[in-house]
Amino acid sequence: MATSDLRAPGEPRRVAYLYLLPAFAVFALFVLAPLLHSAWISLFAWDGVTEGRWVGLENYEAVAGDPELRRAFLHALVLLVFFAVLPVAIGLALAAALSRTRVRGLTAFRTILFLPQVVALVVVAVMWRLIYAPERGLLNEGLRTVGLGALAQSWLGDFDLALPSIGLVGTWLMYGLAMVLFTAGVQKIPPSLYDAARVDGAGPVREFFAVTLPGLRNEVAVALTLTTIAALRTFDLVYLTTGGGPGGATSVPAFEVYERAFRGGEVGAAAALGICLAAMILVLALAIDRVAERAART
Amino acid sequence: MRRAPQATLVVLVALALALLVAGCGASPGSGGDEPRDEAPQGPARVDVANAGEVTLTVWDQEVRGGQAAQIRRLNAAFERRYPNVTIERVARSFTDLNTTLKLALSGDDAPDVVQANQGRPVMGQLVRGGLLRPLTRYAQAFGWEDRYSEVLLDLNRFSPDGRRFGEGELFGLSQMGEIVGLFFDTRAVPTPPRTFAELEGLLEQAERDGDVPVAFGNLDGFPGIHLFQAVQNAFTPPRQTRDLVFARPGARFDTPENVAAATRLREWVQRGWLTPDFAGTSYDDAWQQFARGRGRFLVAGTWLVADLAERMGDRVGFVPVPTGGAGADPVALGGESLPFAVTRRSEHPDVAAAYIDFLTTSDAARVLVETGNLPAVRVDAPSATPLGQDVQEAWTTLTEREALVPYLDYATPTFYDDLTEAIQRLLAGRRSPAEFTRDVQGEYAEFVGDL
Repeated sequence: MATSDLRAPGEPRRVAYLYLLPAFAVFALFVLAPLLHSAWISLFAWDGVTEGRWVGLENYEAVAGDPELRRAFLHALVLLVFFAVLPVAIGLALAAALSRTRVRGLTAFRTILFLPQVVALVVVAVMWRLIYAPERGLLNEGLRTVGLGALAQSWLGDFDLALPSIGLVGTWLMYGLAMVLFTAGVQKIPPSLYDAARVDGAGPVREFFAVTLPGLRNEVAVALTLTTIAALRTFDLVYLTTGGGPGGATSVPAFEVYERAFRGGEVGAAAALGICLAAMILVLALAIDRVAERAART
Repeated sequence: MRRAPQATLVVLVALALALLVAGCGASPGSGGDEPRDEAPQGPARVDVANAGEVTLTVWDQEVRGGQAAQIRRLNAAFERRYPNVTIERVARSFTDLNTTLKLALSGDDAPDVVQANQGRPVMGQLVRGGLLRPLTRYAQAFGWEDRYSEVLLDLNRFSPDGRRFGEGELFGLSQMGEIVGLFFDTRAVPTPPRTFAELEGLLEQAERDGDVPVAFGNLDGFPGIHLFQAVQNAFTPPRQTRDLVFARPGARFDTPENVAAATRLREWVQRGWLTPDFAGTSYDDAWQQFARGRGRFLVAGTWLVADLAERMGDRVGFVPVPTGGAGADPVALGGESLPFAVTRRSEHPDVAAAYIDFLTTSDAARVLVETGNLPAVRVDAPSATPLGQDVQEAWTTLTEREALVPYLDYATPTFYDDLTEAIQRLLAGRRSPAEFTRDVQGEYAEFVGDL
């Protein structure tokens, strides 16, 4: 009798790797290979045209030592608050509210709130550029209409406001995603838990922390991972709204990668920066995963 | 669970990785080097009609309105004249073209003719990589040196190693001229200013009348360079700016003249002579506000002529930004459109050069005028609009007197970003004029030191 017949059903078998092969081949060709090629290029001083010069890890040292890049990474962390923390908080609040009441036409609301995710980022950027325009922009005109004209600002042109302004676009973009994930998750929580909490006299706040939040652990992890990645690799929004300005106040790592590779002719340095950014994203995603898992065990 | 399959996976992954690493085991960019053929000396002899069946692949960025119209007409005319030549046109946007050119030209399937932007960032790097063909022999054969003003040819010249800019071999030829000048609203400004002092007087007048003196939006960054250079030309001799752009020995940015120019521009901001909230206003918003009558002046390039003429009719005029006192020589920021260049890998350099010649003859210039463009070479056909005629007149004067000053951002591969950032800081008062020139000089010195 063949050995494989001795195995219990569901036991891992070598042949499974054969099934993985097609997916792995595609992954290797379109993700791994370019990634490794970038890593290879990052070890050279290369302008993209003439022959590259081997510099080892110098490009990475430069990434660590460049104040412009430190500033860009700092901006990415600020965006993290707007793209990840705020949307998840808003999404949780909305999900908690919806868990306590029955809303008619919930699907319609969900669809509307999810729309920003569907619209192409270029459209989003152009639209928000119009909204933020100092003159005839929707935001400033709105403020003037309600008598708050003194608050009207040059939103994208101000050194202190430009980055938060872009960040708010990210919040608008992401909270719908978080909310849809969370409302779906809430429906999965057994109503008996809510009934039990209410019988025990829990108020809305207590109920949220005792029932809703633990029940949404996995969804929160997914939402945080997705939004964190979106925050750190932000490029389109910055490129299309401010071009990194004013005076570099909105430059972010992904934008610097583009600038260096395609405009400045520093392909090696850009590749090193890209690798660092990818590593940072990976570390953060793993950390989020870890924390969620640990929370699941306690 | 058995652990053995994991080992298989590890082997698999390792194999894949090893293969991949082997695949990219050469220094990047090393594959493309071929021995540079010794260029024959003396004027080239070109005979397109007897060149056999030729397909010429051309990458251009003439995609908007009148630009697209002229290139379509001229391409068709070229194919009619030489039935053995087919032009395969690849039209791309300006940004697209600039960012993909390097890759395209170092590949095996390179186009024959491309538009390669002037200056170090694009043309300079392509020349350094040996990806463009020097055209000096063709210039002699076709008489390009008589056709163009010297200052325009210099913008397309590099030494063969790409280190020296503004001299050496000719690498391209441009069809159109452009001036960054002063558009004015003729209702509020019946006669344009002739001196810098007169201009500032009119700005002060506008301020007193409660009008916006200069329509300006700097959200996109580059308008700041244009406005700075407009003011700079009133303080800094054109020679100094040209030397800086061409990186001639001893050139620097932190000169007393540039500090004075930066100081004056900062004063314009402080006096409220620019659109309020200019930092958050886009370029398009700024010129559209000007077209609606919000702003008496607009410092902008002649590429806006068609749009402004359409919206404002005869309510708009154009002069070079006045830079000196009465009778002073005119100076203006300007140059020419993206030059057409012949690639090193083209198999038909003669036909390619003849095509470029065809695009820049006086016959072609007439087509340019008919399609609302400003030809770089002299032409006797007047533009259809009064605004177009103003521009033609300014162009003739400026090129005859060799009075054009090149864009500062040609100077180094990263100068565009360095400058836009520095100017945004200067205008916002985050850096003093002296600090501004020091910052820019720092970036400039870093590049020049590596030359």
